[in-house]
Amino acid sequence: MKYVMMFVETEEFAKQLEAMGELEREAAYEAVLRWFADNSDRITHHVHLAPVHTATTVRLGTGEPVVTDGPFVEGKEVVSGFAEVDVADLDEALRMARSWPACPVVEIRPVS
Amino acid sequence: MSGPDHGRASEEVLARVVREHAGRLAACLVSLLGDFSAAEDLVQDAVEIALRRWPAEGVPERPDAWLFTVARRRGLDVLRRESNYRAKLAQLQWPQPARDDDRLRLLFTCCHPALSPAARIALTLRVVCGLSTAQIAAAFVVPEATVAGRLTRAKRKITEAGIPYRIPDPEDLPERLQGVLAVLYLLFNEGYLSSTADRAQARDLVDDAEWLAALLADLMPNEPEVAGLLALIRLHRARGAARFDSRGRLVLLADQDRGLWDHAAIAEASALLMRTARAHRRPGPYQLQAAIVACHAEAGSFEHTDWAQILVLYDMLLHLAPSPVTRLHRAVALRYAKGPAAALAELTGLERPLARYPLYHATRAELLRELGDTDQARECDERALTLTANPAQQALLYERLSWR
Repeated sequence: MKYVMMFVETEEFAKQLEAMGELEREAAYEAVLRWFADNSDRITHHVHLAPVHTATTVRLGTGEPVVTDGPFVEGKEVVSGFAEVDVADLDEALRMARSWPACPVVEIRPVS
Repeated sequence: MSGPDHGRASEEVLARVVREHAGRLAACLVSLLGDFSAAEDLVQDAVEIALRRWPAEGVPERPDAWLFTVARRRGLDVLRRESNYRAKLAQLQWPQPARDDDRLRLLFTCCHPALSPAARIALTLRVVCGLSTAQIAAAFVVPEATVAGRLTRAKRKITEAGIPYRIPDPEDLPERLQGVLAVLYLLFNEGYLSSTADRAQARDLVDDAEWLAALLADLMPNEPEVAGLLALIRLHRARGAARFDSRGRLVLLADQDRGLWDHAAIAEASALLMRTARAHRRPGPYQLQAAIVACHAEAGSFEHTDWAQILVLYDMLLHLAPSPVTRLHRAVALRYAKGPAAALAELTGLERPLARYPLYHATRAELLRELGDTDQARECDERALTLTANPAQQALLYERLSWR
């Protein structure tokens, strides 16, 4: 089954990242790269998004589409990347998500 | 249709027979069809037909064969468009060859952490115990439509999100087993705490919880915590008859008539606990909670309670599973070992985590009253009263407030 994992950053996580020294940050990135390498046979596709301040939202509906600055929900949690994985079932996806070494929230949804 | 229950079958007999067979049939059909939802629908249909017909016709001699035949016929009928299911069902013959008990897989699927806690309980009752939607709704005093919606959403999620139908891998097993035990414990608590005299006719969820724990203990004999939970449930149940007076009012442990306790059941559950502890030497939260209840159950009178031993067990429990509620319970034990002032001191720091927990305020009230601070005690009792919806607890608090 195919699932998409959405990696969600929190304000607190962003602050922690900010506070890291250069070596520490390098180690953190390395852990992420290792996770992708360890799971490469399951990951079919993945993207990392540019920071949330670059987001633009278009709302379509009645009348003219409205373009606004920022993400579609103003919140403390923002999606920072996606990975599409191909695994046997939800348990296998959950196991992958548990070993994710970076941002503190991962949402898992099956691809319909 | 003939058999020992020929003529009329009581609610209790129906519940027991259905529970014994519905889960097995569901497990067998899920394996065969590979579709949790379709299999569950067939079993539920068969159970509903049985519940309609058995009270008048009597329970058939082979209820499992009866349910099997109805589910199979119904399946061939309902699933006629799905050639895949139909072909599989057509091969299915009675008697079923003996096979490993698949109900364990069923239980792990129903208690999967990706389902909401309420859905896990409803699904377990429905799929493993064979309760109908109406029975679940009545047991939890919620509208039938609410339960039906919850079950439908849960079954859809199982299929669409790819929740597997299998026993978790060894690396996930400890955590997932904890999840299953938590569901059974919640179910037990729901039944135990809501069991008041005026709800005597409602489905006894405590009975279902005990049955499920016994089933799990049978299927996982190498997991001491399962036996611990089973002992815990049995020890609580053994004292059930003394928990309410003739007018349905809650009787506190100190005031209970210990002659009403089921001492044979207490001895048996304590023996199970001891056997488990010796065989595995792996204490866990359920075994420790059961050991605490066993200390109470084995005391000849309230005055003979071994509070020192109970405090040791609470310390071990707090070490393995720290929680504010456990600290509150330890404080109560401390009151009898060291007096009310020591117990009250122990409650400091629990105010914030337990602000909305009625027993925290009720316990404080008791301690304050003992220390002579009646004004503050009343305040605490009043606070507890605003927080509980349980009629038996409310009655007890009203009574205390009617004192001066």
